[in-house]
Amino acid sequence: MGKILEVNNLHTSFFTHLGEVQAVRGSDFSMEEGDILGIVGESGSGKSVTALSVIGLIDEPGKIKEGDIIFDGKDLTELSYKELSDLRGNDISMIFQDPMTSLNPVFTIKNQMMEVIRRHTDMSKAEAKQHAIKMLEIVGIPEAEARISSYPHEFSGGMRQRVMIATALSCNPKLLIADEPSTALDVTIQAQILDLMLSLQKEIKTSIILITHDLGVIAEVCTSIIVMYGGMIMEKGTVDEIFYEASHPYTIGLHKSVPSMSRKSNERLVPIAGSPPDLLKPPAGCPFSPRCDHAMQICLELPAPMFDINKTHCSACWLLHEDAPKVEGIEKGEAKNG
Amino acid sequence: MAKYFIKRFVVAIITILIIATLTFVMMHSIPGGPFTREKALPEAQIQILEEKYHLDDPLIKQYGDYMAGLFRLDLGPSFVKIGVEVNELIALGIPPTAKIGLFALILIVILGIPFGIISALKQNKPIDYIVMFMATLGVTIPSFVVATLIIFVFAGGVPALNWLPTFGLTSPLGYIGPVLALAGYSLSFVTRLTRSSMLEVLRQDYIRTARANGIREYKVMAKHAIKNALIPVITYIGPMIAAIMTGSFVIEKIFHIPGIGGYFIESITNRDYTVIMGITVFYAAFYIIMVLLVDVAYALVDPRIKFTKGKS
Repeated sequence: MGKILEVNNLHTSFFTHLGEVQAVRGSDFSMEEGDILGIVGESGSGKSVTALSVIGLIDEPGKIKEGDIIFDGKDLTELSYKELSDLRGNDISMIFQDPMTSLNPVFTIKNQMMEVIRRHTDMSKAEAKQHAIKMLEIVGIPEAEARISSYPHEFSGGMRQRVMIATALSCNPKLLIADEPSTALDVTIQAQILDLMLSLQKEIKTSIILITHDLGVIAEVCTSIIVMYGGMIMEKGTVDEIFYEASHPYTIGLHKSVPSMSRKSNERLVPIAGSPPDLLKPPAGCPFSPRCDHAMQICLELPAPMFDINKTHCSACWLLHEDAPKVEGIEKGEAKNG
Repeated sequence: MAKYFIKRFVVAIITILIIATLTFVMMHSIPGGPFTREKALPEAQIQILEEKYHLDDPLIKQYGDYMAGLFRLDLGPSFVKIGVEVNELIALGIPPTAKIGLFALILIVILGIPFGIISALKQNKPIDYIVMFMATLGVTIPSFVVATLIIFVFAGGVPALNWLPTFGLTSPLGYIGPVLALAGYSLSFVTRLTRSSMLEVLRQDYIRTARANGIREYKVMAKHAIKNALIPVITYIGPMIAAIMTGSFVIEKIFHIPGIGGYFIESITNRDYTVIMGITVFYAAFYIIMVLLVDVAYALVDPRIKFTKGKS
């Protein structure tokens, strides 16, 4: 299996009245066909902007400043808006956080789904309708043939997200980007939606980028994980590596701040002190350094390069440098480009 | 749905009755009467006239008689214009008023909505600034100033631009001035409303969804955005239709148009009781019908609106 997506040195900024907000500052990652890549990070860490950059939907005043996005052998940053829109919904699809507002309230489900199907295929109206009904059945909408003529407000939140997924997958995309697809839903529905995505992923062999701030979701679903903070990638690795062998103080901090069943009832959660950096004036060094317990002088001055820990696992932390003092719980790796 | 409309119809009738009653009470509480003149008429003559028009009856009986007439759609005779029925007066005054109103309305819809949309799509570009500048002027300058300016500039004040007649509707050109003056405010308001509503809709998640699904940009606008953006515009346009179609007394006065507005004002100064009542009730009924039509149009545009509290 080859690489489906390769993002190199992506910089995306928003040029506001106040100045340039550097939302993504040099993301590098790639994913194999059939991967489910999780991107975690807190609000404002650049995860959604990374995804929107891939699909070419950065709105004014935002702009991709630098970097390549190689999808299926094509550099998406070189394509015109029109060429990109031929890809969107066809080869790359995206579903969003809030299913309540993501469907157009004044058109029926049938109308909206058929529009997308007919945009990207040569199907006749009747064929497109049949295909839409089939997609709704696949995502588990009961009585799809009757329900397809409903308006979005006649569906519940979970149902609407299923409709969104059905629409997004209706043209067999090679890549599905799901931006917090379950965040706005209640917990039981969340699980159903995630299960649905997993089973569909196996069936139609789509690669998925799953953006979330919910570590539980990531652990359950993903094959590999990117941890983002302050517009930069802090750590990359497989699920096991990120969960059991985390080597970046931020990732470790995240794990400590998650409640767990095995924790004693009187044990407190450990929050990460401080708040995320202002991306209008990002810190010169590692974005996490002001909140990091182990920060050294160099951390404040220079962002850490990616240190390879093994073939799949790497981490942007100076503590992994061979000259750094040893800190418990963090194993050293080889500098890739430092 | 039928049940809903029957209910609305009953409410409309009650509303008209209340309006008629209030007008009746207020009208009779103004001092003076239809036969009060600067040069007082002889006592005996007034008595004969009052007897003829039943103004010597107790008020409550006059009220009852009037309401009975209203149910037969008979608005009674004018007290001042001898031998003219109020029904005839309305039939005479409405055509010129309604013609101007209709043209103004067409102008508002076919210019206001597209201007608003273009302005929203070109937000913060020169064309947006120009349209918004004009629209702000249109909203702030009163119609009588616009009317006077039109007459001054295009009807003789500037010799090179002497294109329009100063008054009357005898030539088709005569419509231009009153239509522009009448449409000015609403045209500007609709433009602004459409623009802001469109900008609001363009920020919605479903527009992003349409784009993320690769829908072509013109279709995102023409299909997904506009239908949603028009919902608030319809709310405004409905009652506006009633206001525009019933015309403006001031504009009719300035352009010397024999419309219903002129008769209305004249009837108030003359204490022409039946004309006051007749035109008020007519306006009220027209307004109520328009609001009802808007509610129907609403349901056609927005599927979330239902007339009955049924299961969904």
